[in-house]
Amino acid sequence: MMTETIHTESLTLGYGDSIIIKELDIAIPKGEITVFIGGNGCGKSTLLRSMARLLKPNKGMVLLEGKAISKLPTKEIAKKLSILPQSPTAPEGLTVLQLVKQGRYPYQNFLKQWSKEDEEKVMNALKATRMLEWKDKLVDELSGGQRQRAWIAMTLAQDTEVILLDEPTTYLDLTHQIEILDLLFELNEKEQRTIIMVLHDLNLACRYAHNIVAIRNQTVYAQGKPEDIINSELVKYVFDMNCQITIDPLFGTPLCIPYGKGRRIARRLEQLNA
Amino acid sequence: MSNYQGFRAFNGKLSFLLDKKATKKISILFLLTALVFIISAGLGGMAISPLAILHVFFGGGTDLEKLVVLNFRLPRIVLAGLAGMALAVAGGMLQGMVKNPLASPDIIGITAGASTAVVGFLSIFSDKNHALTVSIHWLPVAAFLGATIIGFTVYLLSWKNGVTPVRLILIGIGISAFMQAMTTLLMVLGPIYRASEANIWITGNISGATWEQIWITLPWTVVFLVIAFVCSRHVNIQELGEDIAAGVGSNVQKGRFLLLLISTCLVAGAVAFVGGIGFVGLMAPHIARRLVGSSFGALLPTSAFIGALILMLADLIGRSAFSPLEVPAGVFTAAIGAPYFIYLLFKSK
Repeated sequence: MMTETIHTESLTLGYGDSIIIKELDIAIPKGEITVFIGGNGCGKSTLLRSMARLLKPNKGMVLLEGKAISKLPTKEIAKKLSILPQSPTAPEGLTVLQLVKQGRYPYQNFLKQWSKEDEEKVMNALKATRMLEWKDKLVDELSGGQRQRAWIAMTLAQDTEVILLDEPTTYLDLTHQIEILDLLFELNEKEQRTIIMVLHDLNLACRYAHNIVAIRNQTVYAQGKPEDIINSELVKYVFDMNCQITIDPLFGTPLCIPYGKGRRIARRLEQLNA
Repeated sequence: MSNYQGFRAFNGKLSFLLDKKATKKISILFLLTALVFIISAGLGGMAISPLAILHVFFGGGTDLEKLVVLNFRLPRIVLAGLAGMALAVAGGMLQGMVKNPLASPDIIGITAGASTAVVGFLSIFSDKNHALTVSIHWLPVAAFLGATIIGFTVYLLSWKNGVTPVRLILIGIGISAFMQAMTTLLMVLGPIYRASEANIWITGNISGATWEQIWITLPWTVVFLVIAFVCSRHVNIQELGEDIAAGVGSNVQKGRFLLLLISTCLVAGAVAFVGGIGFVGLMAPHIARRLVGSSFGALLPTSAFIGALILMLADLIGRSAFSPLEVPAGVFTAAIGAPYFIYLLFKSK
């Protein structure tokens, strides 16, 4: 059995003359949650987009199950790999069901627009995202968290082994961030789907990811289990920030506490150290 | 009880999901269109009751009634209905493709291209005595060519590693303005009575409708309306944005080209005979969206009926409200359409 789903070979990405990722070789493990981290503009979203064939490489290639995606028919890719871009917008007056149904596009044709399988996958996606009771609601009337769940339901309806998400928690409050990440974690646990996403929050990344990819200077600086690779040197290099890494008291995963300014309450610090 | 009903037949080879509410609304619109069709055939200089109209439709009625209804009124009504459908569906597809409710065939220059071609036709094919050197029957051909050529020019000029909606709209607006300037120039340089003839055409006018025209435009329009409907799931995907569309395996650029091609063909077929009628392609899909939402399977037929209703009513008012004076239908669509456009702009802030 193959243990990697996507890998790249001397992949160079950029817009025009400016190079963003340079000659990168990387392999993404199958059935795990991989999170790309890095500072603003480091190219993590660009890398994700190129893995979903939304961006053509300048040089090198992306391979899906060993085959170059540039050579595969786009509909065939859509049956194996789905992508949720950053903050997508739905047109006015579209219901949740109508949106989620669009995830079935690669399986449909003019005559076959709502097969038994389509119905089954759409219903399962709505159930998994707890959106079933909202299926007749308009997407533009939903709260931010529900809306993101509706979009995730659409990607789930696509029924792919690999799911890519570009900052699925942007613009959500903390409660909904956790809700979305729990949902993705569950999907990975129950159905062993490979999830690759970009996250901004390092601590949440450490908590949910089996595999972290830290990007800096047009390439991958480190890849591995968060507990193996996240340390203050990495954060210093990747984010250009001084911090102390401790252990998350609830999950045991690395917890990053940045240095900097702020209030110091000496009395409480003494209590803690006593 | 859900609003949706799945439908499957032929061993699962044919299946679709029916929006029950939308289906009901489309049926009502269909009946309304039929009603307006019958009533407007009876209105005008000689009033005929709806029952007598039905009688004429089935081969009865007096000779005078037959003449008035079948030769004078019906061609106009049918042409208005067809053109209304074509413009509305073209507008709906463009709006979906560019993800902007302010797009329409008259805004991206397709209609302006037809106008310039018509004025050009009138001035090129006039002799010294200002008589046309070729048959006036070629005028629709000129309009058709103008519309398609400009449609493709806009598309080609917008091309830069693919076509993006914003570039398409901006280039379209620019080309539209340029073509209007060309039209004005040709009108100023040409003989005065040609100018007024051209002006009526540019405003959009259905009064000259003949059965001959209808037999040309009917198959054309019906074929492209069917193609548009067949492509509705591609519009649905385009409307979710480039990345989502590409992500689910749609060929975005091919899709954009196809949708623009269908829109242009629909518009060209319509403006060739009814002239540069504006705002129908903007208003109808927008009203339809309010009624049935933005899933194009329901939106396109709804737009079609609303477009037909708008243009049929505009022509009815044009020929009966100021009788014996004829006011071009385009005056009414613009009179309602322009304020509606401003309202849309105002609201979209």
